[in-house]
Amino acid sequence: MSVAIEAEARDPRRRTGAGRRPTSLVIAVLLIALAAIATVALAVGAAGIPPSRLPAALGFFGKTTADAMAARDQLVLWSIRIPRIAATAMVGGLLAAAGAIMQGLFRNPLADPALVGVSSGGAFAAASAIVFTDSRFGETLRFLQTELLPLAAFAGSLATTALLYGISSRAGRTSIAIFLLAGVAITAIANAGIGLLVFIADDRQLRDITFWLLGSMSGATWTKAAMLAPILIVGLAACTFIARGLDLLVLGEADAFHGGVDVERLKRISIVMVSALTGVAVSISGVIGFVGIVVPHLLRLVIGPAHRLLLPASVLLGAILMVGADTLARTIVAPAEMPIGILTAAVGAPVFLAILLRQRGLASL
Amino acid sequence: MSAVIKAQALSKRAGSATLLDGVSLTVAAGEIVAIVGPNGAGKSTLLRLLSGDLRPSEGEVRLKQRDIRSYKPRELAARRAMLSQHVNVTFPFTVAEIVLMGAGDRSAREAGALVDAALHEVGLDQFRERQLPTLSGGEQQRTHFARVLVQLACGEAAHGPGLLLLDEPTSSLDLRHQIDLVEAARRRAAGGTAVIAILHDLNLAIRFADRLVVLNKGKLAADGPRTEVVTRETIRDIFEIDAVVHQADDGVPYVLPQSMRAVETGI
Repeated sequence: MSVAIEAEARDPRRRTGAGRRPTSLVIAVLLIALAAIATVALAVGAAGIPPSRLPAALGFFGKTTADAMAARDQLVLWSIRIPRIAATAMVGGLLAAAGAIMQGLFRNPLADPALVGVSSGGAFAAASAIVFTDSRFGETLRFLQTELLPLAAFAGSLATTALLYGISSRAGRTSIAIFLLAGVAITAIANAGIGLLVFIADDRQLRDITFWLLGSMSGATWTKAAMLAPILIVGLAACTFIARGLDLLVLGEADAFHGGVDVERLKRISIVMVSALTGVAVSISGVIGFVGIVVPHLLRLVIGPAHRLLLPASVLLGAILMVGADTLARTIVAPAEMPIGILTAAVGAPVFLAILLRQRGLASL
Repeated sequence: MSAVIKAQALSKRAGSATLLDGVSLTVAAGEIVAIVGPNGAGKSTLLRLLSGDLRPSEGEVRLKQRDIRSYKPRELAARRAMLSQHVNVTFPFTVAEIVLMGAGDRSAREAGALVDAALHEVGLDQFRERQLPTLSGGEQQRTHFARVLVQLACGEAAHGPGLLLLDEPTSSLDLRHQIDLVEAARRRAAGGTAVIAILHDLNLAIRFADRLVVLNKGKLAADGPRTEVVTRETIRDIFEIDAVVHQADDGVPYVLPQSMRAVETGI
């Protein structure tokens, strides 16, 4: 057999995959960028904290300081800004990872939980939970409202994702056109449901529901950040588990199976993960679109599409972009605040169109 | 040699249509079998049943003396490799990354030699860092063949002679690469692999395989050595064309199709 004869003679740097940038370098660069943007986010805002005062405010020089200014800085940082930055970063990471997994699952770079109604499904379920627990029938559960919201959002996202997969997959093939159109229809149904809830909601509920629709990080607290952290950690761990399967899935379901992937199990895990990551993010931030499209797309251009690196890198870049967008959202019209969903859509929609135009050249839908 | 794969009385129905009807087939280690037959004869269905991807409505497939359903996907992948007809990759994976996918959990370092050798064998050494979607159909096909060769080599290193299934592997290849692919598959058979391929080009099938399996309308129409199967009568019955069967200098038959009019007018 001619196998393995010529192999060793070649330049080792041209080894498989070595044309890509090394994993550790990519992760290091992203971590540094995240630290940098977080520092900027700490300093700017309605109550500005100049860089010179940051270390003292963070408590780096001992906590005891009589300086009134430093005390105010500390309060702003520790009870408002840091939990918000932490929650924003994690929401960005979750949304970007959910987008990357969904794109792998559907073998389509245009898949995004917000675009195809998974976020809307989650938001509808969360809004239902608000109205229900405030109603006469659900008042026994009212004390659980905070815990119920992410669960409801997860359930709504799960139902939507499963429905979407059921509609657009047939005999092992996923139709991109049907997938996107089904997403449009599901979004419409979820929005109709939300509209109905808005109609029957009272003033306070209305404010809560409107929050889901616009998307905002202004409600972020330590409690919410603490809710996100375990999901993110479990999600990252699960990513390493499904990465190889998602790689092989680009060959199609049949060929992934021929290559040794338990396709049914991979699909189940991926659907649950997309739903969990999206659902929890939505329950904290509301519907924020396009992060899941933009982040994996940019990364694929630089580091390639292999999921083992793409998924963790998406978490980091998603965090970076969201913290950046949120910082903009709370500064450009300060002291008021712009809904972050507007910013992500303003950046994301053109990227979506760019992918679409490129795909049009490659293949017809 | 022992049977690598043994299919018994396979039937597959989809709704009211019978795709495959009572087909039995045993292929031994080192054997090369070409499946031929007109469109819709059930060739791809048979191959998918043999790969374990599809479950038969009736009958049983045994791979290496074990019911094929008892293997987990990963175990199956270590014992049989399959090249599909059309594989459409949407993400910008490079040629080398695609081929490495054949190596399962092995890292680029561990499987690097296998990947390099397979790429060399299909003549794509210079393409390893190219993105697959930018390649021509034939080059993509060869990339996937290299991936399948890596999978086969990894599996055979652990479990001995395996099964190589090829579904119209030459459909988008030029003449030279058709021959290259066929020869690569024959080399695997010489090393003990059982090879089954669907081929449309009757002459290529004859050159490729010592044994031909002819399917027609879901049934096994013929199964035997190429010299016995390839006759003017078989070709007329199965493909509904008139053809002259000649013999090459080495005794291997070749087929020269005549026009349909010849059949109709009886000339």
